[in-house]
Amino acid sequence: MIRDLISVSLIIFGTVLILISALGVVRMPDLYLRMSASTKSSTLGVGTILLGAAIYFNELGVTSRAVATICFILLTAPVAAHMMGRAAYFNGVPLWDGTRYDELKGRYNPTTHILDGSSQAAKPDTTSEEAQQ
Amino acid sequence: MNLQPIINYVILPILTLAVALAFIRLVRGPTLPDRVVALDLITTLGIAMVAVHAISINQAIFLDVGSIIALISFLGTIAFAYYVQRRV
Repeated sequence: MIRDLISVSLIIFGTVLILISALGVVRMPDLYLRMSASTKSSTLGVGTILLGAAIYFNELGVTSRAVATICFILLTAPVAAHMMGRAAYFNGVPLWDGTRYDELKGRYNPTTHILDGSSQAAKPDTTSEEAQQ
Repeated sequence: MNLQPIINYVILPILTLAVALAFIRLVRGPTLPDRVVALDLITTLGIAMVAVHAISINQAIFLDVGSIIALISFLGTIAFAYYVQRRV
C-alpha cells in the first residue's frame, strides 16, 4: 500500500518533469537551450519513472534491471547531447540573439575541427552556459 | 491500491501529449540538429512509456525493452552527430 503510494508519486513527478522537458523543446528559442531542456529534465524524469517501476515490482531482478537502465541513461545522455551540440556548433547552427557569451567563437579551426587557442586573443570571460553543456 | 486507472487515464495521456509536443519540433525544426534532439526526446519518452506500461499490465519483463531502446537511441544519436559533423 505505502509502496504503491511511493511508486505512483515518483511516477507522477517523473511525468511532470518529462512534460516540462517537451514544453522546453517546443518553446525554447535556440537549439542549445532546447538541448539543455531536453537532456537534463527528461533524463531525471525517466530515471524517476524507472525508480518508481522498480519500487512497484519490488523484486531483485527487476530492480537491478531498472537501476542498470538508469545508470546507462545517466551515462549516455550527456555524451550524446555533447556530441550533438558540438556537431551543431560546427555546422553553424545560429545561437539565440540574447546569447551574451560565445567563448568558442574563433577558437575552432573550421576545417580541421581542432581547438587552437592562439587564433584569437583569449579573453577572460566569465563562465558561460554554453561551455558547460 | 490499484494503479491501473491512474496509469491509464493520467500518466499515459500526459506522456502522449509530451510526445506530440516533441513531434511538433520534429516537424517544424529549422535545422537537422533540432530534429535529432526531438527524436532523442521521443525515444526517451518511449522508455518512460514502456516502463509505465509494464506497471499497467503488471509484466516486469517490459523493462528489458526500455533498456534496449536506451541503447539503440544512444547509438542513433551518436551516428547522427557524426553525420552532421561530417557534413560541414
